[in-house]
Amino acid sequence: MNYVLEVLSQEMIADNIYKMNIKDSDDNFIKKELKSPGQFVHVRVGNKTEHVLRRPISISEIDKDKHFFTIVYRAEGSGTKEMAKLEAGDFVDCLVPLGRGYTIEDLDHVLIVGGGIGVPPLLELAKQFNDRGVKTTHVLGFRSKKDVFYEEEFNTYGKTYIVTEDGSYGAKGFVTHVLDTLNMSDYDKFYACGPKIMLSVLDNTLPIPGFISLEERMGCGFGACYACVCQKTDGTQVKLCTEGPVFEKGEIVL
Amino acid sequence: MSKNNMNISLPGLELKNPVMPASGCFSFGQEFSDFYDLNELGAIMIKATTLEERKGNATPRVAETSSGMLNAIGLQNPGLEHILNHELKFLEQFDTPIIANVAGYTIEDYVEVSKEISKSPVVKALELNISCPNVKEGGIQFGTDPEVAKELTRRVKEVSEVPVYVKLSPNVTSIVEMAEAVAAYADGITMINTLVGMRLDNFGKPILANLTGGLSGPAIKPVAINMVYQVRKALPEIPIIAMGGIATVEDIIDFISVGADAVAIGTMNFTDPMICPKLIKGLDEYLEKNNIAHLSDLKGRAFV
Repeated sequence: MNYVLEVLSQEMIADNIYKMNIKDSDDNFIKKELKSPGQFVHVRVGNKTEHVLRRPISISEIDKDKHFFTIVYRAEGSGTKEMAKLEAGDFVDCLVPLGRGYTIEDLDHVLIVGGGIGVPPLLELAKQFNDRGVKTTHVLGFRSKKDVFYEEEFNTYGKTYIVTEDGSYGAKGFVTHVLDTLNMSDYDKFYACGPKIMLSVLDNTLPIPGFISLEERMGCGFGACYACVCQKTDGTQVKLCTEGPVFEKGEIVL
Repeated sequence: MSKNNMNISLPGLELKNPVMPASGCFSFGQEFSDFYDLNELGAIMIKATTLEERKGNATPRVAETSSGMLNAIGLQNPGLEHILNHELKFLEQFDTPIIANVAGYTIEDYVEVSKEISKSPVVKALELNISCPNVKEGGIQFGTDPEVAKELTRRVKEVSEVPVYVKLSPNVTSIVEMAEAVAAYADGITMINTLVGMRLDNFGKPILANLTGGLSGPAIKPVAINMVYQVRKALPEIPIIAMGGIATVEDIIDFISVGADAVAIGTMNFTDPMICPKLIKGLDEYLEKNNIAHLSDLKGRAFV
């Protein structure tokens, strides 16, 4: 699961938001090892020691036929800004796939809720649900118009509501403002990824079962360093990198 | 290595090579066994064991810094009994000596854990953690007072069935004084643990929930090199397993040059999970290329 992979393309798709397509390994790890949407890749920044910790980034699209996967991330700190400089033909050292993702079930209609940089893994989730004949409705929140991405892509899979905090695009406010207008009995389950505060509100208020994907400062990414622990409601502790990042509603103390 | 150009014998430890993962950076080995055969390692320093389970500190527990990282995990571990029955059982399948890192709140804790864990068939040596900076009672109080450290070492030596190494903290006025104190009873020294540090976020607030953490990684190597040099100068005979920012073969050579007998790799296991086997292979190539018959030929050459 440690691969040095070729960058196929990289582009900025919103303000400081980058989309990188990465080629499959020669032995096709995508087919052999990738299990579910919501799994992540731990990217090493460069090959020197300036950055000793890798960057955990969700996989947002998987193309098994064309043998590549996609990551979308925000270039915020010095490490991700360094990653943003990579071009087609460059190589990235990846630990992949890591974590447990979302389970695709045979349901009728599911609600997908994303906030900011939590949106990317939900695209592959929407795709796989649609491939299984499950209808998806999407509610995606961003800070402002310049931060919006993947609207068109989600639109191809189902009804997509965009909401911005400042109202510069779509509805004004938070995802909850849109969720309040929907009839929850239309949906079997919800699937969410985004800021902790958003997940906490959904976890506490949505009347249907669901799954959330969490984020925490991570060390190794494969369970050895004990950095990314979270508390479960049953009193036990779990490592987010190996037992998450996706958990069931009500499972984690938020 | 078939050529035996880097094997070494230390108290309790027959090492096929001098490279081992450092405690706290390798959990109990299982996760890394998905990446490579743990038989390749010289030894394994497992994560600290305490008498009872410890839940560790609140998160965030790690933050990256320039060529390094801060951690404040807080000695999270499932406790002595669980480790004896599960983690050490798993390690029985490998032909690699285990060095068990021991921590506690009181001298009695250290004595109790040492007595029991040293009975494990795979544990070939103990490493007393008297230098974890991240918990108020994680051992650091034993690591800064030479008399207390000496007494702790004496008490553990009384009960341990295997040789005892003491892991020294760099967060002291004189590490030589600490080394000389524990050397009265210890079979060896491991050094250095992390340096206390802090990193702020963009709002000027500490990132770690614990506020401070232990600095590790390549950034601390010059500090570690100097400390090993000073201790080796004061104590020419004592076995030293050195750690502090090792990332390359040249780093290993540097530590051997200032008098270390073997080395441990910490933070870089997170950067590159294959780092230990890569360094072992690289070390062999280095010795061959430079016509050095045995790694020990380079030991202490900084003093000559």
